[in-house]
Parts: sequence; structure tokens; C-alpha cells
Amino acid sequence: MNSPASQFTGHARTVTRDLRHRHLIQTALGKYEIIRDRRKAAFQDWNAARQAAAETKYEALNHLDQYLEEFVSKLEARGTIVHWAGDAASAREIIVGILRDRNARSVIKSKTMTAEEIHLTEALESAGVSVVESDLGEFIVQLRREAPYHLVFPAMHLTRGEISDLFTRELHSAPTDSPEELTMIARRALRQKYLAADAGITGANFAVAETGMIAITENEGNARLTAAMPKLMISLVGIEKILPRLEDLALFLPMLATTGAGQALTGYNSLYGGPRQPGESDGPEEFHVVLLDNRRTELLADAEQRDALHCIRCGACLNVCPIFRNVGGHTYGTTYSGPIGSVITPHLRGLQDWKHLSAASSLCGACTEACPVKIDLHHHLLQNRRNAARQKPRRLEQLGWKIFGVIVGHPWLYAIARFFALAAQPFHALFTGSRVDPARAWTNSRDLPPVARQNFKHWWRHRS
Amino acid sequence: MSDREKILGRIREALAVPAPPPGHAQEGREHPASQARRWLPAVGESFDEQIALFRANAKDLKADFHLLANHDDLAPRLRQLSQAEGWKRVAGHRGELSRVACDALNLPVLFTDQSYDPPALEACDVGITECDALIAQTGSVLVTSRSAGGRAASVLPPHHVVIACRDQLLPDLPAAFDLVKRKYQPNYPSFISLITGPSRTGDIERILVLGAHGPKKLTVFCF
Repeated sequence: MNSPASQFTGHARTVTRDLRHRHLIQTALGKYEIIRDRRKAAFQDWNAARQAAAETKYEALNHLDQYLEEFVSKLEARGTIVHWAGDAASAREIIVGILRDRNARSVIKSKTMTAEEIHLTEALESAGVSVVESDLGEFIVQLRREAPYHLVFPAMHLTRGEISDLFTRELHSAPTDSPEELTMIARRALRQKYLAADAGITGANFAVAETGMIAITENEGNARLTAAMPKLMISLVGIEKILPRLEDLALFLPMLATTGAGQALTGYNSLYGGPRQPGESDGPEEFHVVLLDNRRTELLADAEQRDALHCIRCGACLNVCPIFRNVGGHTYGTTYSGPIGSVITPHLRGLQDWKHLSAASSLCGACTEACPVKIDLHHHLLQNRRNAARQKPRRLEQLGWKIFGVIVGHPWLYAIARFFALAAQPFHALFTGSRVDPARAWTNSRDLPPVARQNFKHWWRHRS
Repeated sequence: MSDREKILGRIREALAVPAPPPGHAQEGREHPASQARRWLPAVGESFDEQIALFRANAKDLKADFHLLANHDDLAPRLRQLSQAEGWKRVAGHRGELSRVACDALNLPVLFTDQSYDPPALEACDVGITECDALIAQTGSVLVTSRSAGGRAASVLPPHHVVIACRDQLLPDLPAAFDLVKRKYQPNYPSFISLITGPSRTGDIERILVLGAHGPKKLTVFCF
């Protein structure tokens, strides 16, 4: 019973009926929409910018091998140690190994979904390394021993009251209902961690091939401190993060800020091109970049859905998705939730186990329209459904459609079917929604429309 | 075969099947992002328009921006700020402008352009740095580990004061990355950052709070 699909359905049923949750999400995303639209309107041509961003990512992926080699050789030339990890286990092993060799016992981490993807924190903790999340939202969900709720807003599902209770319990702070005071409690708790940590671990938003730099986008300054204070810095980077040229950032950074959080530009957009260089006064003595494949190359091999690797993880598709807004982030049970998660998770974790995500869609296309890099999200959901059915056909369902096809293809058969349906409907009302109802899957939460008294042909002939 | 060769091999194999170009791609258009200026938010051409835009953006970001008549105004303005906030210790670096600024305060100064004690920097009330550029389009300050006394001086103390001069004002982001390339290529600083307002978070109920981990205040003096 605990398959990902039944987990999803069960979770969705509870969350959609949780009024407190609905209110919280609708308010937050309502605010987001207003400021995002204001920022989009400030662009001279938002759609041309999207097209250029999509073409840039398309070009980056089409020459991914060359750009990765350029990226790596530029990084290595300035003293960065680059590692290649084929899968999650090997990435975990590499990172645990780096820390073990340098006897690093404490890690400060800045927000990275890629580390969530490979379950890095668990691996570090079981290797005896203490890990502290430094992004405020991530710090909150870490204290709750929970996964992030949203790609960009990890603690969006919590009220200030719940956060205050959490801090009181875990950090022994005085209760407060001021978001500012709560932020300051976290700031104080984390300040000393930066200075004491043996290593800092970050992700990357972009990897610039031309200059061999990773780019990190953040608002709080926690990633900057993570990259400035500890002696050792490790960045985990998905191979699809490549951008060919430095000036590409002039387009991507404001677009990410606009669709991510409705900002003109995110608070800090920082580039790191190596460890502390000769003549520099601070920064890590050692800088490691771990490049992660973890089945990204399988998605790359699917030419039809290759553009899913354009994703810059802005979360725009989640924010506009009627499914996400109703079932919430945790229901998905995946690292990447919302439409982009539903598209890529079957590729990253297996189609048959995760195909239900592609069915959880109204195919309204709001995600595709919101995407700053023009990923054809809602069509990819359809393709996932098609691929799943092709890979593992459902004979009974096929038979059902075949019978339906025969009936609607023959008017006399259709007339007989309608006659029986009309005759049976009054009796159906006696057990609608009960255990013996054959239409239970539908009638559980919906009304079954009555069979029409007359068919269209009849109506047409007798219209006045 | 190493992991590197395996991954690169898988990439080459995957790319053997071409994917259709996105949207209405124009055939043969190279470096599409190089024309970003045509689509990004508009910026006026004159200095006055650009400085007005920077000022408006700074206000929106809750950063303080002061355009000074000349260099002599800097010392009294800094002393004023220092008294108002009760600064006791200052972090800075030995750049021409930041040096003058630090000297004007008559306070103990921690210089961060040579190796320093991190807890001592943490104890400073303010970090006074120079910058590479101010960007009108976004109200951002461009800093690097070379221009702003390392990585931490502009993020660890609770107040970051930037000293810039008028000719450092750039119109937009493409100009900023162009400057980085012209100024530093191929020997780039290990850290380059666009600072856009003081440190902020909206992680609790999407309500804006300043000073999440970095500076609670950002002040820009431009003369």
C-alpha cells in the first residue's frame, strides 16, 4: 500500500481539505503573482527574453561535453579540484571522502536542491559529520526533520506561530509572533556556526564554461558566508547547470529573480572561480566542485524531453500549478515537486513508480506559459503518460476502450447501450458511492451526470 | 574508464539524436543572450537618468544612497553616520578611497586585505569597502575579492558601507559583465558578486525581513 502513487493519493486527500494550509499557500502565492507580474512588465520584451534564454540553454546542452570540459579546465587551472560523480552514491562517497581526509567534523550548508536529491545530509550525519542548514527556510525544515516544501520557499507551509513554537522547543528562545525576531533568533544561532565550521557545502545555480566559475543566487548572504568563512568549500553541481558565456548571466540572473520571487535581481548573485588566490586575504584554502550526472544523461538522451534540462529551478511552474496549489509540496514525495518534478522524476527515479505524477495534472498549460526557459512542460506530462502505457500496457483498460470504440462506432449498438443506461440509472441511485458501486472511483467525490433523455440527433430533428 | 570519461561518453551518445530547437528559434542566431539589452528593463542614456534610476532602485531595496557634491563631503558624512550608530570598530581595506574613509573615523580599523582574524571581523560594526561598479538598472553594487577587501568584509559586519565615484555608474547588467571581462580577464578574482540591497529573507510567511545573515544595512556613498 505504500507505493509512491498511494502515498500521493492519500496525502493529497488530506492536504486538499486542510483549510489552514490552503489559506497559507493561496496568500503566499497570491502575493507572489502580483510582484512577479510587476517585474515581468518592467522588461522591454519578456517573451523575446524567454526565447533567448531557451536558445542559450539549448545551445549549452547541444555542446554539453565541450562546455563541461571548458568549465573544468578553467576551474582546474586556478586550483579547484573537480570530481565527476556518475550517480548519487558516488557523489556522497566523494564528499564524505573529502571531509574524512581532512578530518572535517562540522559542515555549514547553504541551500542546494541537488544535495537534497542525493540525500547528502543523511550520508554526512551517518559518517559522523554534523550538518547545519544556513538558509532560514532550510534551517526551519531541518529542525522539523522535514524535506523542503518548495524549490524556492522551503518553509512556505508554516505559520510564524509554528516556527516560534519550533524555535522555543529546539533553540530555547522566547516565543514571539514577529517574523523579524524569529529571523534574528536564527541569525544568532547560525552566526557562530559559520566561524566554527570545518567545511562549507553549496550548490550552484549556474556553471559558466567560459570563465570556469559557479554562480550562486541567494537573498540572505548565507551562501556568501558559507563560501567565505570555512577553510574548505565543496560545491555540488548538476551537469546541466552549464551556461556558455559570462554575459549570459546578464539575461539569466534577472529572469531567475523575476520568476523565482518577483525581484528585479536577487540580493546576492556571486561567482566563485577558485579557492583563495595568491594575494587574496580570505576564502577557502581548498575548493572542490563535484559534477553530478545521476541520470541527467538519460534525460538528455530523450530528445523529445531534453529541454527539461533547461530548468533553472525558479519554481515558477509550481507557483502557478493548480495541482501544486491544492496538494502542496510534500504530497509529491519527491525532491523536485510541481510540474517540473512530475516531468523529471520519472526519468531520475523510474517511470513506472512515478508515472502517477504525470496523471496529476489538468493539462492547463499554466506551467509551460510560466517557464522562463520555455520547457514544454504540459506536453512532457502527456509524453510520460504515453511512454508509461507503452512500456507497461494495461490490458483491461485497453479492452475497455476497444469495447467503447465498437459501441460508439455503431449507432444501433449505441442506442441499445443508451436504453440500458437509462433503465439502470434509477437503480444506480440506490447504491451510488457505496462499496458495490461499479462507478465508485468517480462517484466517491463527484456526481455522475444523468444519461440524456434524448440524443443529439433527436434534439436536432425536433428543435423548434 | 574514469567517471569523467563515462559521463562524457554518455553525453556524446545522448546527443547523437538531435532535439528540435525551442519555440520559434531563428536559424543560425548565435549567442542569443548577447542582445539582452534589448529585452531587459529599459535604462535612460544620460548620467542624470541613470543616477535617478539607481536612487529609485536603492530606495525600493531599502538601501541608503547618498550622492555627494565632492570627495571632501565623505569624511563628515561618515563621521555623522558613525556617531548616529555608535560604531566602535571598523573593517576596511587599503584601497585609495576606503583607506581615506577609515582614517576619517578615528576608530580602530581591521584591514581585511591581508589575512585577518575572522572573529575580529565579526566583532566590527561596519565594513567599509570600495566597489567595481554601481548598476543603475537594478540598484546593484558590483564587488570582487580584489576591489572590496576579500570575500567577507562586505557580508559579515551588520552594516556595509560602499564608497564609489560617479564614473563607476554603469547602465545595466550587460555593461557590468562586460566590465568584469575587460578589467580582469584572464586573471579573474576568485569571488565576484552583485550586491542588490541589504541581506533579506521572506522565508517566514513571505514577509520581508532585512539582515537575515548578511548586513542589515547597506549604504552607498557616491561622489
